[in-house]
Amino acid sequence: MKIVVCVKYVPDIQSDRRLVDGRTARDGGDGTLNELDENALEAALAVVEAGGEGSVVVVTVGPDDAVDAVRKGLQMGADEAVHVLDDAIAGSDALGTARVLAAAVRHVGGADLVVTGMAGLDGLTSLVPTALAALLDVPALPLAASLEVTGTTVRVTRNLDHASEVLEADLPALVSVTDQANEPRYPNFKGIMAAKKKPVTTLTLADLGLDATLVGDAGSRTQVLEAAPRPAREDRVLVNDTGDAGVRLAAYLVENQLV
Amino acid sequence: MSDTLVLLDHTAAGALRTPVRELVTLARSLGGAVTAAWAVDGAEPGAQTLAELGALGVTQVYRLTSDADLHAPAVLAEGVAGLLEATGARTLLATSSFENKEVAAHLAVTTGAGVVTDADTLERVDGTLVAGKTVFAGTWSTRCAVRAPLAVVLVKANSVVATDAEAPVEPQVTEHAFTASPSASRVRVVERTERPATGRPDLGSATIVVTGGRGTEGDFTPLEELADVLGAAVGATRVATDEGWIGHDAQIGQTGITVSPRLYIGAGVSGAVHHRGGMQASGTIVAINSDPDAPIFEIADYGIVGDLTTVVPQLTAELRRLKG
Repeated sequence: MKIVVCVKYVPDIQSDRRLVDGRTARDGGDGTLNELDENALEAALAVVEAGGEGSVVVVTVGPDDAVDAVRKGLQMGADEAVHVLDDAIAGSDALGTARVLAAAVRHVGGADLVVTGMAGLDGLTSLVPTALAALLDVPALPLAASLEVTGTTVRVTRNLDHASEVLEADLPALVSVTDQANEPRYPNFKGIMAAKKKPVTTLTLADLGLDATLVGDAGSRTQVLEAAPRPAREDRVLVNDTGDAGVRLAAYLVENQLV
Repeated sequence: MSDTLVLLDHTAAGALRTPVRELVTLARSLGGAVTAAWAVDGAEPGAQTLAELGALGVTQVYRLTSDADLHAPAVLAEGVAGLLEATGARTLLATSSFENKEVAAHLAVTTGAGVVTDADTLERVDGTLVAGKTVFAGTWSTRCAVRAPLAVVLVKANSVVATDAEAPVEPQVTEHAFTASPSASRVRVVERTERPATGRPDLGSATIVVTGGRGTEGDFTPLEELADVLGAAVGATRVATDEGWIGHDAQIGQTGITVSPRLYIGAGVSGAVHHRGGMQASGTIVAINSDPDAPIFEIADYGIVGDLTTVVPQLTAELRRLKG
């Protein structure tokens, strides 16, 4: 069983996140492995452990610092890492990112199972997993709250807005997992030391044989025209309850025609 | 001006989901005719639904039928792609649900469409579609142009006020049958359980949402009573759902449901960034919390430092009195 886990390096959600020229600023030194991708790593490691054999390759696409994201994956227990690093990738939309990831998965010889997080906590579009599956021509089983591999079949349960589902597909397949799927392990000292010896391969678009015009700003089908911090809310009211706060709130809601 | 196709999210019983009316209203503002696709996945568009769509100005309803399971997003995407090609519509609007994000991702790969998710505005500027959306947990606003000839825009609920068209029309109903490719049918929907109706509005599209967090200590009764007076949906924080105080389908946040109601009332909600990411774009935010340092007060229009177990019932009683 060979599993590729795709992870993203994102600005820490507790940090002051900004857009510069329509792109997420990644220069704050506050970057981190996307929290939801820890669930993807945990799910992949658990599948290998349950099956008693297999390997996990962790792949990321991003600037220099993004290597920290795959290092964390190696510390958790992944066997090897790939970092696709190329200036031409900056400004990619979800499809552009999926194209780079698909090329990287092919470059490492394909996978029986590709696992991703349910979303990147910066863009939150949730488009990449399904687009990646489509590009790899494998079935997509997104938003798994649980995941089970039996023989060559993968089965997931998922909770949607209006229904819950059980989905099944034959491998190879792609699964994205939610933060309900598991409790990610913390890298222990042994894991951190072992990770230092694990291989991290850095690849360019040329190494992947990917045409630079298909990715980055050049390949993006959407363009951010404007971006600005939203103005702070005005006329804010803060009261200490002295016994009649509920009554006063009711008056506020009625006065502002909110109810 | 090319036509706009609206994907009609509907219940298993065949009723339109509320945000669909907003989508059609938005589609009319783009110019061109508004057509609509109804996936025949068990339910058919009934006479009342068609009348509603006609009042909204939908000229054509396409019944999408297939040999494969239309609940599988890969299958639905193939049907929609075929319909876009057959009708020449260059814009697809759908609600911003996780399922529709899957459909949109397939369409991006197979049709070359430019995709915007979670849009809250949409307009045509010199022939180009420009969508607005908030990012970074509702702290930034962006405007984004679609550069591809085909646009797929997923719109958040409560982004526009739904209105009927100036003149109602009688929609034509046409069947669009398609055969799904073998690759689209590789995902098998083994089980699908529709969530039972709660008698309250859908959390994702409700105009008023009452939310409980850790501060409820597990007792949602006062919040439910308030919600029923307001005709509101009930939501919760991750802590409350993890504790099992309420189902996971009530979780508001970056990994749960995103809400942007006209009025959000949080009781015993601290306002962790994960939660704020799912509600910060709400119209008016009211927070009730006993901790004056709770981060939710930083974004609240109206904050009350107090005990929710006294403030909420008092609010409910007063609203009931005012409503007579």
